[in-house]
Amino acid sequence: MKDQVLKTIARIITPFIQLYGIFIILNGHISPGGGFAGGTMIGTSLILYTLVFGVDQAKRKFSEKASAFAESGGIILYILIGVIGIVVAGHFLANKGAGFDMGTPGSLWSAGMIPLLMIAIGIKVASTFITIFHTLIEVKDA
Amino acid sequence: MRQVIDVVALNVILVVFLIVCALVVERTKDLISAVIIFSAYSLMMSVLWLVLKTPDVALTEAAIGAGVTTIILIAVIGRTKRYEK
Repeated sequence: MKDQVLKTIARIITPFIQLYGIFIILNGHISPGGGFAGGTMIGTSLILYTLVFGVDQAKRKFSEKASAFAESGGIILYILIGVIGIVVAGHFLANKGAGFDMGTPGSLWSAGMIPLLMIAIGIKVASTFITIFHTLIEVKDA
Repeated sequence: MRQVIDVVALNVILVVFLIVCALVVERTKDLISAVIIFSAYSLMMSVLWLVLKTPDVALTEAAIGAGVTTIILIAVIGRTKRYEK
């Protein structure tokens, strides 16, 4: 796309959308939102980038390989945190029993491993949305 | 008492808007218009979730319903036909 206005606005607004998504993910355990909503916001910002700058340049920024790595990595991180619970405390996703630091209730540093789970879900959801969109718009007509 | 009436009035307005949107989406022949009306439906649904005191669901509805669903449906229309027969 050649429109200068769209390009400039997209370039300015994308970091703020991503920052808000990261804020929602990191505050997932003490305020509304969480991994899914924040990951969707980050995925939407990447979709905006793809729409404005074209799929080729977007692939250069966030390639298929990186997307596959992020998608598998997010879910593997989630399962690993769950397995730590099995090994230490005896059941999947054990939180306090597995020795995670509970911190002060209500502050950002609290709730044990839930922020880590939120980060894992956020990575997974963001890369899933951008993969769906790339696959959808680059299918060649048979 | 006044506050309760206000909340009920807001609920009624939102629900009527939702019903009108849903009927119009079904009636519209231009599919891109239908997708945009559906996006407005999602945004109103998000406000309704907020009134019902579930901000978590409201946030997700605003991001998924008004954002990603619209983009994906428009991408699908770009690969098929714009007008319904």
